[in-house]
Amino acid sequence: MPAKRTLFEKIWDAHLVAQPSGRSPIIYIDLHLVHEVTSPQAFDGLRVAGRKVRQPSRTVATVDHNIPTEPRGTPITDLIAAKQIAALQANCKEFGVRLFDMDSPEQGIVHVIGPELGLTRPGMTIVCGDSHTSTHGAFGALAFGIGTSEVEHVLATQCLAQQTPKTMKIDVRGRLGEGVTAKDLALGIIGQIGTDGATGHVIEYAGDAVRGLSMEGRMTLCNMSIEAGARAGMVAPDEKTFAYVKGKRFAPRDGEWGMAVEYWRGLPTDEGARFDKVVEMDAAQLCPFVTWGTNPGMVAPVTGRVPEPGSLRESDQRATELALQYMGLEPGKRIEEIGVDRVFIGSCTNSRIEDLRAAAQVAKGYHVSATVRAMVVPGSQAIKRAAELEGLHRIFLDAGFEWRESGCSMCLGMNPDILQPGERCASTSNRNFEGRQGRGGRTHLVSPMMAAAAAIAGHFTDIRDWKFR
Amino acid sequence: MKAFRTHRGRVAPLDRINVDTDQIIPKQFLKRVERTGFGQFLFYDWRFAADGKKKDSGFVLDEPRYEGAGVLIAGKNFGCGSSREHAVWALADFGFRAVISSSFADIFANNSAKNGFLAVRLSESEVAELMRRAHEVNDYQVTVDLEQCEVRDDQGFRAKFSIDEFVRHCLLNGLDDIGLTLQHEVEIAAYEELHPAPATL
Repeated sequence: MPAKRTLFEKIWDAHLVAQPSGRSPIIYIDLHLVHEVTSPQAFDGLRVAGRKVRQPSRTVATVDHNIPTEPRGTPITDLIAAKQIAALQANCKEFGVRLFDMDSPEQGIVHVIGPELGLTRPGMTIVCGDSHTSTHGAFGALAFGIGTSEVEHVLATQCLAQQTPKTMKIDVRGRLGEGVTAKDLALGIIGQIGTDGATGHVIEYAGDAVRGLSMEGRMTLCNMSIEAGARAGMVAPDEKTFAYVKGKRFAPRDGEWGMAVEYWRGLPTDEGARFDKVVEMDAAQLCPFVTWGTNPGMVAPVTGRVPEPGSLRESDQRATELALQYMGLEPGKRIEEIGVDRVFIGSCTNSRIEDLRAAAQVAKGYHVSATVRAMVVPGSQAIKRAAELEGLHRIFLDAGFEWRESGCSMCLGMNPDILQPGERCASTSNRNFEGRQGRGGRTHLVSPMMAAAAAIAGHFTDIRDWKFR
Repeated sequence: MKAFRTHRGRVAPLDRINVDTDQIIPKQFLKRVERTGFGQFLFYDWRFAADGKKKDSGFVLDEPRYEGAGVLIAGKNFGCGSSREHAVWALADFGFRAVISSSFADIFANNSAKNGFLAVRLSESEVAELMRRAHEVNDYQVTVDLEQCEVRDDQGFRAKFSIDEFVRHCLLNGLDDIGLTLQHEVEIAAYEELHPAPATL
């Protein structure tokens, strides 16, 4: 009888090119996504060594990190950013790489456009010089972030030499309650296992709560895998996955579609396959979460309080004290009493159509608090168009939210969308690191619904008690 | 790549856990298209005020006793978060040859290995002991020896570390691993023959 294998092992085995003795296995990369920030030095490396892009047809680029979210056509005032964008344009031209440029109707955050163009598909190996590449694992692909040297490696060889990661199953039983989203599930997991809880591992998310998530929800969950230290996160492909991929621009068609689906159906983990680590969780125990500190593992239920450092493990006490000092929070303060100055709805974690629908549902009939500046940044031009077709932009604009062009925006503040020192932000992004959204800025990670509610109330509030209008 | 065999140098202690790459090199410096010149921006927001002046609070790297340090010692989960290789470029450009911690984020560890920069994993108690010595001993120095896979000092500290054998081989010999992968051209071409890129892509 053949060995029982996990989803990860099936994809890994299918992509092994060589296993030189005494060296790391060499695996083939099906899709390489490229953006402006982590690629210029890699293309330079190719030029210096006189190498080409081995498979331009497996390489796709877009601009997302640096670009302004002002109306397109507004000149880029940051000259260094403009230079980096120009470098990507020149590199793509020189090396024959397809670029979805700033004025392209397909432009968007690299982890948003991969799936929506049907570039991301089950069973693939996908890399990008960006840690949130784990997002694509939602399709049952093995997708992980790499550094610039490895970007150059993949450009030159379409392969990577990689140590074989370990496997971890996170089994989430039961159903998520009303108002509890994929984002809360991700924050709940990281809060439990810690920001290094999955280091060296590829996570497979399983269980009824995960199966019950939409593709957008699965992308949110897999996106945050890196915040638990994981090499990648995955969800086994199923009918939902196939329905999402079908008909997308680069998806297989006609006869190829049937063959692809047949292959994909064989990918889920075999019954009885072994994982190096298993974590079990009960979805019913989860609630809407808000981070209070300076890493995504520092979370509390919205009904909870900022922790007392003395109540924590000794090793975490100093980190907690430093975090609270940076965040300007008193231990014991109720989360719902924390006021916000800014709200950001966007990022590769939570900028998809479903996220915008959820936030709009909350915002409908209300107005953003007079003391809050709130912005909505769709993940891609396609999402922006879809949202406008549904009239979501009207709801946001009427409620006093800004409605902007697509990009990474204030998730990492490489463009002009940043927090001012001391400003406190409810953000649907993935990292609450010191200064992440702007020097001295204070980030609290939440779901899109929780962010919209905070914008209106002016402070965090339990979405489960929201009066929808 | 610059080879790493052994390095003896002054130790700077950064007594924090979960140091993320956003702290090591803040995003405003990622717009450069070069690989060089990032050292001046290392731990920028911790070291410099918003106006660009050095903070009075005295970040550890700016204390005269740690000037010229070649080895950084830090708490667990060093280099977590963003994949930015600029973090390693900044550490190396600042003058560090190695960082010692009880654990590293995967992408940071990978990026280190590609730059002749050594990420050394020791136990939590060994890291704590080195941290204590770096605080207490004036001009505290260690030798990081990749040939022996060992960290040692002149005061009797000696600890073995483990590292992936292939990574060690590449570091010791300063090998360009793109070149190594391309030695498998036959296998790569054979794989591509069997798995052609979809025409639609």
